[in-house]
Amino acid sequence: MSEEKQVIIQMKGIRKSFYIGQPHELEILHGIGLSVRKGEFVSIVGASGSGKSTLMNIIGALDRPTSGEYILDGVDISKAGDGELSGIRNRKIGFVFQTFNLIPRTSALKNVELPMLYSGTSKSLRTARAKELLEIVEMGERMSHQPSELSGGQKQRVAIARAMANDPAIILADEPTGALDSETGRLVMDLFHKLHREQGKTIVLITHNQELALETERILTLRDGNFISDEKGGQV
Amino acid sequence: MDFIENIRLAVTGLLSNKMRALLTMLGIIIGIAAVITIVTLGDAITSTVSSTMEEMGGKNITVLLEEKNPEVVLPGMSQTLGVSMGFDIMGNMAESDLISDEMIGQLWDRYGDEIQALSMIEQVGNGKAQDGRAYSNLSVSGVNEDYEKSESLTLLEGRFINDRDIDRAVNVAVISDKTAEAIFGQADKALAQEIKVHMDTEIQTYTVVGIYEYEELVMPMTTQVAEEDVRTAFYIPLSTARKQTGAPDGCKSFTLMAKQNIQPSELADKVENFFDVYYRDNVNYRCSAASMDTIIEQMDDIMGTVSVAIAVIAGISLLVGGIGVMNIMLVSITERTREIGTRKALGATNGNIRIQFVVEAVIICLIGGIIGIILGILCGVFGSSVLGYPAFPGIGIILIAVTFSMLIGVFFGYYPANKAARMDPIEALRYE
Repeated sequence: MSEEKQVIIQMKGIRKSFYIGQPHELEILHGIGLSVRKGEFVSIVGASGSGKSTLMNIIGALDRPTSGEYILDGVDISKAGDGELSGIRNRKIGFVFQTFNLIPRTSALKNVELPMLYSGTSKSLRTARAKELLEIVEMGERMSHQPSELSGGQKQRVAIARAMANDPAIILADEPTGALDSETGRLVMDLFHKLHREQGKTIVLITHNQELALETERILTLRDGNFISDEKGGQV
Repeated sequence: MDFIENIRLAVTGLLSNKMRALLTMLGIIIGIAAVITIVTLGDAITSTVSSTMEEMGGKNITVLLEEKNPEVVLPGMSQTLGVSMGFDIMGNMAESDLISDEMIGQLWDRYGDEIQALSMIEQVGNGKAQDGRAYSNLSVSGVNEDYEKSESLTLLEGRFINDRDIDRAVNVAVISDKTAEAIFGQADKALAQEIKVHMDTEIQTYTVVGIYEYEELVMPMTTQVAEEDVRTAFYIPLSTARKQTGAPDGCKSFTLMAKQNIQPSELADKVENFFDVYYRDNVNYRCSAASMDTIIEQMDDIMGTVSVAIAVIAGISLLVGGIGVMNIMLVSITERTREIGTRKALGATNGNIRIQFVVEAVIICLIGGIIGIILGILCGVFGSSVLGYPAFPGIGIILIAVTFSMLIGVFFGYYPANKAARMDPIEALRYE
């Protein structure tokens, strides 16, 4: 009998509107519900204009929903203030961006330490953990390299290590292979799978690429601001 | 977030683009260097002139005739200061305007117990002592007996001019050891000898009654002359001098030396009041008495005003430097929009970002300030050595300069830092 895994993301009735000059409100998300359990590897698929960026920003605590409930790791953050959201991003969310977004002129090691800097972790702990994480993503030998000295795939691996720095509730990956060739993209996806299987990480992958989505355990398709399907994947 | 991390981050950023960093700091460097240099030079000049003035007579009181409605040389400069600095600002005087021997006699009667010496000097002109090929350049002056005391002349041989010489208006002279050596070979050989002095139109013969030690005055910025061409003073009796120049009896100025226990400034006031009685009815002139303290005070005031003016100018240059820093920081922040968005996504608060960039601005200004201080010290030491009085800026001004640089960083870094802090992370992450 499998354990009832804890629900990490619980969203109900999430709506998001933008003002584009009164009196018009443009509603992008129309009352979305989402439930993700600990240790799941899910993908959210949608074409551009489907509202997937908007949803991702809300999941990642970069933005607040106009209405609705968002319970992340047991806490309702739908009405949290800006300061609170910073803290939540720091401790609960691990971002992986399509364009890597490593800090230039800074070593891989220092890049991975960055979230821990903002959470107030001591220097020795930061460095030790960063080294550990870089080993996990197989970048141990390039700790002192700067982003300009790394290939795309290497940069993304460093970014993934960084995302895990504060042991977040979820890893939120936005088109992580979008800027990589298929071979390197493959390596990165393999790394995600490894983290999912061996470390039990909860991963939410945002993509427009159907094939990629099929690799994940569960595929949620977004169209015009609503989920139209929730299917099982798992085809590597 | 660690302050040290912020500082390291700022320094790394600067090192990665040294040229840009240098150009950003330039305004601060120049402003601080200018302030340090000028303060150092100001100290040097004030010290030099003060010590020169003290050499010339620290406790002396200068009494002179002033015009009641004077043309001033410099705003704020009194006639007394002007005369003591060598400016000839006396207009045309009649004999009746001059300070008479009677007045001086009465001054002695009144205040003799407070006066150590009363010296008078009247220039005759430049001349040349000559004997065959030997020569010595001279500045011929008529003096009274007390001149020796008030000028602290060191007599090597013989005696100084005395009252009897003056009464009889004889042709005697007290010469410098330099002149004695030049004309007679040895200082002591000159005593009781005759010496011929060539002046503009005539030759006068004097008997040497005394030889004094020539002391070089350390004046800043004087041109160097060759040893043998140095012009030394040649002292003759006041009455003899007046006979030669055809000057009327009576003087325009004299110097008082106060007794040990007397305050020069107090005596000066008394003397001035004494003469006011005589000059009450004089339309054009009055007598003023000023002690060296007053003169030095006035000089300090002038230096003070000049220093403030210069500080203001330097302040303006620092303002411009600060604006430069602000500009570059704004550019830098725009360039790093993506980075700021990423940091925020990773959990940096607005405060974290703000501090990061304020620290960056402070570091730039601090480094610029330190370079400016070093540059200022070099220029100041070099410049003040050239003036002849090497000075080094005090630790006080250095600390002020350092603190001020950092304050400029905080002030001019705040606006850009705030801009960065308030960026929306979503927009920032989208930025190309």
